[in-house]
Amino acid sequence: MSNRDVASLERIAPELEPQSIPTPERDVIRFVQSDGSLTELGQSRGVDVGFAQSLYREMVLARRLDVEALALQRQGELNLWLQCAGQEAAQVGSIRALDAADMVFPSYREHAAALSRGVTPSELLSQWRGASHTGWDGAARRFHLYSVVLGTQTLHATGFAAGSRLADTDDIVLTYFGDGAASQGDVNEALNWAAAMKLPVVFFCQNNQWAISTPSSSQMGAPLHQRAAGFGMPAWHVDGNDVLAVHAVTEAAALHVRSGRGPAFIEAQTYRMAGHSSSDDPGRYRGTDEVTLWSGRDPISRMTALLGELGAAEQFFDELRAESDDFARDIRSACLSIERPRFEELFGNVYAEPHPVMERERAEFHAFASMLNAEV
Amino acid sequence: MTTFTLPDVGEGLTEAEIVLWRVAPGDVVNVNDPLVEIETAKSIVEIPSPYAGTVETLHGETGATLAVNSPLVTIRTVGEVPVAGGTGVAEVTEAAGVADAVVAPAPADPEPRPLVLVGSGPSVAASRRFHLPMRDSAVAGVTGVVAAETRVPIRGMRKATAAAVTASAFTAPHVTEWLTVDVTSTLNVVAALRADRGWQGVRVTPLLLVARALVVASQRFPGINASWDEATQEIVTKHYVNLGIAAATPRGLLVPNIKDAGRLGLRDLAESLADLVATARAGTTAPAALAHGTITITNIGALGVDAGTPILNPGEAAILAFGRIRPMPWVVGDEVVVRQVAQFALSFDHRLVDGELGSNVLAEVGSILTDPWRAAL
Repeated sequence: MSNRDVASLERIAPELEPQSIPTPERDVIRFVQSDGSLTELGQSRGVDVGFAQSLYREMVLARRLDVEALALQRQGELNLWLQCAGQEAAQVGSIRALDAADMVFPSYREHAAALSRGVTPSELLSQWRGASHTGWDGAARRFHLYSVVLGTQTLHATGFAAGSRLADTDDIVLTYFGDGAASQGDVNEALNWAAAMKLPVVFFCQNNQWAISTPSSSQMGAPLHQRAAGFGMPAWHVDGNDVLAVHAVTEAAALHVRSGRGPAFIEAQTYRMAGHSSSDDPGRYRGTDEVTLWSGRDPISRMTALLGELGAAEQFFDELRAESDDFARDIRSACLSIERPRFEELFGNVYAEPHPVMERERAEFHAFASMLNAEV
Repeated sequence: MTTFTLPDVGEGLTEAEIVLWRVAPGDVVNVNDPLVEIETAKSIVEIPSPYAGTVETLHGETGATLAVNSPLVTIRTVGEVPVAGGTGVAEVTEAAGVADAVVAPAPADPEPRPLVLVGSGPSVAASRRFHLPMRDSAVAGVTGVVAAETRVPIRGMRKATAAAVTASAFTAPHVTEWLTVDVTSTLNVVAALRADRGWQGVRVTPLLLVARALVVASQRFPGINASWDEATQEIVTKHYVNLGIAAATPRGLLVPNIKDAGRLGLRDLAESLADLVATARAGTTAPAALAHGTITITNIGALGVDAGTPILNPGEAAILAFGRIRPMPWVVGDEVVVRQVAQFALSFDHRLVDGELGSNVLAEVGSILTDPWRAAL
């Protein structure tokens, strides 16, 4: 409609004003500022220093994993790595707000969340070393395998929540996805179905501002946390680089969901400090000014400042530094000792029961392998 | 002694160019210390050392292109060397791996639960499956025969760039002069402008001041802002400066120019420069922006190198290469102090520009950048 059409609609039929219009973006909920000082809200809630230290530790170790894994990728030991640097607070703060039995459906960058769920470096890296489709038992870790197909995990989460409902458990489900995935049909189907069925799902969107090279500003016409209302669920908008605020908001959302009132939505504003993956060169599509701005909002350094201010002992930081160095060494040796998968195993992992086609293929493979052996 | 081979750092790359060695033979390195910067078809990346030890041999000069899996650097390692399998060699050695698997069956998994989705059993559809014939390339992969070279037809931007540089290099006799400049004051100006509230939102970079310096120098010595007209047997001096900036863009090397840059104040120049760079990066530079340039800057310092001998943009009489800025020992008075220093190289068309004129221009650029306030920017 041109401007002239709108103007004439207003003049001819003033009673037909739209009944719903997009609402502007809401301020983020924030407890800790970029410089480590507490906001008014943060001051009124207070800080449990011991708990804050444990969140901080997980963020520091996750950052170290990210750095070491990228180095391993550059050294040819991993085929690919998707960095999570900058998003540690969004991940650690949210996953620590769940019960141990709650099931989590991640995207592919949730390394900090994975570590928090007890996934070991060896399990985490084996997929990226090309040794397995996934390195861990999703049911045992209560942390599903990574979904590389964009946004599909939100449907898995919704289906799983429907199952939890049928099984009559109190468990809820949390799924992680990004601002880019939010443009996928799958994610919107999952939001709609979860809301329609009042399923116990927390939809946790890490808005890291970039869908590979597409800025979030050109992804959507309305802020994501406002979109949730259209599906019929409450939403929170949180500073995703503030681990304490993320934790509190996720706790509130989880409480809402667990009480049977249907799904909830969280949009956490954060930033992907590195490229989309080790194959991506972000310098080709975004300026250094923006990266500098977000470096100043780093989730770890603001907590370093806050904990220092609250009197955390120097010994705590020293010990964490030493633990982090040991962790990096463990990651490296775990990566290098991941065994190459045996081709043989492929045939046994397709069907639960013996299968004639698999048996025939296994025999053909053996014949082929012996032939190669003979030639060598 | 351990030789580290060039990994595939970007999912399916076949080669990479050495951009900058960060170590030299004899250097002691630790695990994850930077070894070298390489440029692949996708990006420039830094390769950290997988080993601790002493660098023994670098297997390629700066600028050399190495194939993936060829030796990159040899390190005399200390202590226990981690057994690094790597992922890049998986395909090549698959045959051996296959044989192993047959001889020694997989040990029983303590948790036999398979980490895959499991189907429900045989079905009609499954039993009808058939096999595709093995492809030639698959056979080649298994037997270790790989293509040793890649042939790409010369076309498009590559063809145009090649024709332009060849014509320029063999038509205009090039002379290149060099000057090393203390640009500390220039960087101070950049920092001051960035901090200035009145300049908020304006992109201020060292390149901006270099651009300004070249414009001022061209106005002072108009003979440099000229061209050789072979057809009319005339030397054409331009009374406007259309300042070209060589840009690596998604389409290849382009030299868009800022029209009549001499009439722009520093702030307008900054905005024009930011527009030019953003447009070039986005790959949407308009043909008009590429025409009628009069003099050019190539900012090779951004790529991490000190200097080079640039080739003239066809039809222009001069091009200035702006090298990397880095802290260097510098004599001030009688003392050696650390200053921010960069090299500049000016190539000019010797048919119409004599050494005196070229030297004057380069010296003027250097003098402005040494003391930018003097030039009343």
